[in-house]
Amino acid sequence: MIWNEHHECMGRDQLASLQGERLRQMVERIYYNVPFYRNKLQERGIEPGDIRSIDDLKKLPFTTKQDLRDNYPFGLFAVPQQDIVRFHASSGTTGKSTVVGYTHNDIMMWSEVVARSLTMAGVTKHDIIQVAYGYGLFTGGLGLHYGAEKVGASVIPISGGNTKKQLQLLEDFGSTAIACTPSYAAYLGEAIMEEKLDRSKIKLKAGIFGAEPWTEEMRSQIQQLLGIKAYDIYGLSEVIGPGVSMECGIQHGMHVFEDHFIPEIINPETGEVLPYGELGELVFTAVTKEALPLLRYRTRDLTRLHVERCDCGRTLVRMEKCVGRSDDMLIIRGVNVFPSQVESVLLEMSETKPHYLLVVDRQNNLDTLEIQVEVEDQFFSDEVKELEGLRKRISGNLTSLLGLHANVRLVEPGTIERSQGKAQRVVDKRKLN
Amino acid sequence: MIIKQLSVFLENRAGRLTELTGILADNDINISAFSIADTTDFGILRVITGKPELAEKVLKEQGFAVKITDVIGMIMPNKPGALHHALQILTDNGISIEYMYAFANGEGRATAVIRTDTPQKAIEVLQLHKMELLKTGDVYQL
Repeated sequence: MIWNEHHECMGRDQLASLQGERLRQMVERIYYNVPFYRNKLQERGIEPGDIRSIDDLKKLPFTTKQDLRDNYPFGLFAVPQQDIVRFHASSGTTGKSTVVGYTHNDIMMWSEVVARSLTMAGVTKHDIIQVAYGYGLFTGGLGLHYGAEKVGASVIPISGGNTKKQLQLLEDFGSTAIACTPSYAAYLGEAIMEEKLDRSKIKLKAGIFGAEPWTEEMRSQIQQLLGIKAYDIYGLSEVIGPGVSMECGIQHGMHVFEDHFIPEIINPETGEVLPYGELGELVFTAVTKEALPLLRYRTRDLTRLHVERCDCGRTLVRMEKCVGRSDDMLIIRGVNVFPSQVESVLLEMSETKPHYLLVVDRQNNLDTLEIQVEVEDQFFSDEVKELEGLRKRISGNLTSLLGLHANVRLVEPGTIERSQGKAQRVVDKRKLN
Repeated sequence: MIIKQLSVFLENRAGRLTELTGILADNDINISAFSIADTTDFGILRVITGKPELAEKVLKEQGFAVKITDVIGMIMPNKPGALHHALQILTDNGISIEYMYAFANGEGRATAVIRTDTPQKAIEVLQLHKMELLKTGDVYQL
């Protein structure tokens, strides 16, 4: 099922001309309505008339999270307050939170992209959907809510938490779909096992999970625990909220709703636009947004875009799961390395757990990368050849993925520091002066 | 005839072995025999003790990667050619040795601790050739 066949299956050329026209209009709007953008464009000698097609996008300046903070709270808005019908704000782990605003049309557009997303997960008006994302300043709850109503599904606006109530409604209302964070889905699945609920009363078939990174292993775990198909949804409040991109039934990447959000992949160091298939930082231009039209917003998320047509029939590009944040990127002997790549290798191997530390050093003017991996109790062999074999397998897998030789050192279990919050995964001993 | 050997993963770090022997001492666990296999980055400590299960428990509680491994103990006269004689029996019967270590226990006897993939077969073959094997209870008297 496709919600909006016209826009989701459009020819690539036709889409490019639609994007070009929308970009032209957007640049005009921000030039005349947002002083911040007018200054930026004037600094580069760009007049609205200079932007005529999608190919002109690369001439335009980037917008960063810092720009949003500097213009807190409403400085980047392109409409007067009386046209704003809603605010959301992202939690600020560093500094002030980021405030976003929506006009009535923005809310309509957001509902549309979430409706498309839910349709990809097979949700229709015949479904009962439990929206277990938080409702409030966070975009998750209300974003899914409006999209689900647009589809015509029966919405249970239960919000996050209150696991007992979640389980009770799953049983009593017979919810067929659930939207929440993947970690909460796994938690609910375990709660179902512990409470020994009657599985025959649970009618769930699809889960729409996002707002935090998760792995394929987590997907299998959730699918098994809840007996559903688990779909990945992507979004960020600056761009709109959930519904920027979504996995279809083929589950071969998330389709970006490009008629509203134009994606680019750039080299995070130079800002140069990279071709399809290359790894880099994801950038979005929200061309149709009225309240907060962001120009080339740098998400800091690292991924790849693929343009080959999907078997589902949609022509929209697909983005891979984000491999990390450009803030986490290390450059070792000129190669970009992300701690999350190491994590994915260790997760794929059945003999290791993702407890690791990257130690980068410089010896004789050459960068060295050592990866410490804990020996798991159950895989500890008392034969040297077995342990050396394990070490070589990890090293070989890492070297082929990273494109860089990684020296693996096995360490005792529990010796790599565990952290409740952001784990310390890297020690960079290089002194560059 | 199977002896439970304690195997412990050790990082090559100054003082780490001393920490381990301290834990064993605190728990009144005697080490009857041991060897260390070492590589550049890590070592594997192999210990014969009268209380392997207790040793495993206390070391795991302290975060060590520990494993109990089946080995056999072969008792030989402490004289030239005795080890060769024993190994010849194993070789003739197609039994390969993963690793071994040996020690003399006075009174003209020596013991070899042998790790093989086929311990039962090794025991049968050695007994057939009238070789003396270490019994579990004997470990205390080593």
